[in-house]
Amino acid sequence: MKTLLMVGTRKGAWLFHGDAARRKWRLDGPHFLGHIFNHIVLDPRDRRTLLAAAKTGHLGPTVFRSTDRGRKWKEAARPPAFAKAADGKGRAVDHTFWLTPGHASQPGVWFAGTSPQGLFRSEDGGSTWSPFSSINDDPQYREWMGTVQDGTPDGPKLHSIIVDPRDPARMVFAMSGGGVHESADGGRTFKPLVQGLEVVEGFDRANITFHDPHCIRLCPSNPDRLFQQNHCGIYRLDRPSTEWVRIGKSMPKRVGDVGFPMVVHPRDADTVWVMPMDGGTVWPRTSPDGKPAVYVTRNAGSTWQRQDAGLPEKHAWWTVKRQAMCADSGKPVGLYFGTTSGELWMSSDEGRKWKTIARHLPEIYAVEAAELA
Amino acid sequence: MNVLIPSPLHSYTGGARVEAQGNTLSALLADLERRYPGIRFRMVDEQDRIRRHMRVFVNGDQVFDLARALDPADEVVIVQALTGG
Repeated sequence: MKTLLMVGTRKGAWLFHGDAARRKWRLDGPHFLGHIFNHIVLDPRDRRTLLAAAKTGHLGPTVFRSTDRGRKWKEAARPPAFAKAADGKGRAVDHTFWLTPGHASQPGVWFAGTSPQGLFRSEDGGSTWSPFSSINDDPQYREWMGTVQDGTPDGPKLHSIIVDPRDPARMVFAMSGGGVHESADGGRTFKPLVQGLEVVEGFDRANITFHDPHCIRLCPSNPDRLFQQNHCGIYRLDRPSTEWVRIGKSMPKRVGDVGFPMVVHPRDADTVWVMPMDGGTVWPRTSPDGKPAVYVTRNAGSTWQRQDAGLPEKHAWWTVKRQAMCADSGKPVGLYFGTTSGELWMSSDEGRKWKTIARHLPEIYAVEAAELA
Repeated sequence: MNVLIPSPLHSYTGGARVEAQGNTLSALLADLERRYPGIRFRMVDEQDRIRRHMRVFVNGDQVFDLARALDPADEVVIVQALTGG
């Protein structure tokens, strides 16, 4: 089994082809130098089709598609776009931020989350996209989405689109800001899933607008379990409960439990990894104290262990964005993350030791790993 | 009519100067889209607003209205204002 890493950066896309041992990596890129790539994902149903969410600093957003793992690319015939408003004052997609393949039983189906927050669906493998669900234009959801002023510095985002592997009718997505939402009817309707989540002190947690989930992951080995890295801590949800439990309270106080990525173990639902960042004062969004470290729990959040062997010991002021950290399904699991300073790191032993695969890339926005047959 | 295309869009047109037809700016953009699929959405959003850094000049005058009438002898210049790092 060989591993493919898909790296989206502020200045282009890179692919890294690993050997079976995950020791040597062949660099392929840049693809579309100068384009901003927020997400690049391989279709797990055919292991050949790549979708890449792109824009430039000036051109409108688009989706590039390859059916041969990046040898040739073709632009989507109709990228995600909101419905046209009669008064011309409707919203426009600034960029597609998140891509999720549909259920295994629905080949060709993909979902996309955008900035400003919108949910889109493709039924033809990512060539044509349409608004999906009622949330894009629902008055209540529009209120929960807030305004651009409420969003993250480069725009409010819809992300973490999750399809339950047991049932395509069950879906989850998240908005920064705007909370976590679930559907039991294939996305026809959604409702908030925020009980137990905290918000910034001074805000009312009953107001969905103020909830800021950063990344949500479903455990493949136990789809009733979700983990979440939130603006206000790390959480776990075990169905059928609808209440999130803040498991980040057991993180070391000097490190805290603020961050963006959340990575789940492919076979062990008690094991997850996070990459804490400095969320104090003015939110520097750097590694805490300039000393980056991954933290792992192997008991679903009761205790955490620091994993920094090989990482810089000090003066490393980078961090990792929400879709820039991932795992493969190897034995042991391989972990990967890309930094805001353009370094691509990996561990082939579940986080015990770290090494770089690449340095001097542009700021990394996304890293995904896929196994090739 | 002759249309000048900015360099970020040469991946669609293959060059800086192209021929396209249309009796309005909207029709001209539709013709460009027909000839070079995908190019229109990179310049104009789904609400028919010219994107933030795009500028369209007709015979030297800046145009914001897609309904602006065009004559076959007009020269259309599409420019991208490059900002940022």
